[in-house]
Amino acid sequence: MPYAAQQQYCRDCPSDGKIMKILNAPIQEKYIRELKAGDEVTLSGTIYTVRDQAHKRLIQDIGRGKELPFDTKGAVIYYCGPAKAPKGRVIGSCGPTTSSRMDEFTPLLLKKELKAMIGKGRRSKEVIAAIKKYKAVYFLAPAGCGALISKYIKKAETVAYPDLGPEQILKLEVKGFPLIVGIDSQGGSIYDKD
Amino acid sequence: MKIITVKKIENAVAQLAREANLFLRKDVLTALKKSYRLEKNKRSKLFLKAIIDNAVYARKEKLAICQDTGLPLVFIELGQDVRILGDFKQAVIKGIALGYRKGNFRESIVSDPLLRGKPVYQGAVIHMDIVKGSKIKITVMPKGFGCENKSQLKMFLPTVGIGEIKKFIIEAVKTAGPDACPPYVVGVGIGGTADYASLLAKKALLKRIKLQRGLSPACPPKQQWREGTVSGLERELLLQINKLNIGPMGLGGKTTALAVNIEAYPTHIAGLPVAVNISCHALRSATAVL
Repeated sequence: MPYAAQQQYCRDCPSDGKIMKILNAPIQEKYIRELKAGDEVTLSGTIYTVRDQAHKRLIQDIGRGKELPFDTKGAVIYYCGPAKAPKGRVIGSCGPTTSSRMDEFTPLLLKKELKAMIGKGRRSKEVIAAIKKYKAVYFLAPAGCGALISKYIKKAETVAYPDLGPEQILKLEVKGFPLIVGIDSQGGSIYDKD
Repeated sequence: MKIITVKKIENAVAQLAREANLFLRKDVLTALKKSYRLEKNKRSKLFLKAIIDNAVYARKEKLAICQDTGLPLVFIELGQDVRILGDFKQAVIKGIALGYRKGNFRESIVSDPLLRGKPVYQGAVIHMDIVKGSKIKITVMPKGFGCENKSQLKMFLPTVGIGEIKKFIIEAVKTAGPDACPPYVVGVGIGGTADYASLLAKKALLKRIKLQRGLSPACPPKQQWREGTVSGLERELLLQINKLNIGPMGLGGKTTALAVNIEAYPTHIAGLPVAVNISCHALRSATAVL
């Protein structure tokens, strides 16, 4: 079934009952091309937490020609440094962090076939151009709602850089994670509202 | 003279650290609920509901309201008739670490700002004030860095018009835009020195958000303010900021700020420092008196 026909009613989503598009991670380009800034989607599958210091290391590794700790092809990364998991839970509070701090690293990762990023706030002109060029997508997660977001994380495990503590790369299994398309593959932005 | 042991201080700080991060301040929650009722932009309204739901869920499940539990600030008003037995500052740092560990909060502090290294729990910015009496008032304020990064300071000329100051504050909010988790509470410090204006801006965030009927939160009714007064400026700035159409999560709407809080202080004839410290919607603090 084509993805556009797979729609669901999502009770916890910001759209509050509106029909949302369902996406699975890793994401294929043909599905990304259908997304428009402002679309509400839910994401299920495997995503990776990558933030400031981990970005720095990935870029260094690419520069040195080293193999990266996860396959960036079609990958979705989440700008997030979660709180620790309380007993009996998979993860603690885990909302998005400010995406623009990652801007200088993003174009190179998109060149490495990274397909989607999840964060909060604006991106640089260079990032928007790279999103357009490589047909990727930038999602917004509900900012400052880390406790609620933890409900959508079903599994979390370390992939790389445990010495970075909360900034290590985690592999997350998510189910029905509610997101809004911030920047689409044509370079359209949700913040261009005027 | 009253004697207080460091153990008591450590435990009190640990408890406040936990409370501040788990339970959203009542005045902030009330302001959010009011904004939810007033917001007309449909998606922004739903996002405001998500913020309120998040606070309720965090309280119920004992989860941090936000994973960024900040670089904790500790404001201490120490009564001059109190005698502390033991290492006071160490007790505060230990209390923070204890509370954060117990709460399963994130280790967000690097002990060296340049070398970075593995983040830990140990660290706080402590502001101490000596006051009259025999009590200690402790306030713990976890300040996330998404919004802390949007702080601004400007040393104005003493002859500057109020319009320039307003422009600077509004511009600071515009610069933060959708990045630092709006709706914001905007703390402003006017006067003192460069460092003191910054402290005042931070302290302004501790002021309770006042609510007035029919208006946006913290907006004093017209008859209560005069042009050029602090409350007049707070009102005017809030009205103008809420016309920026940034809105919750940057999705537009009239809820860009929940409040503008200003603290003013005497300054020098040659200058006029103005600092802006923006807080995200998860404005957290907790206070206890020993």
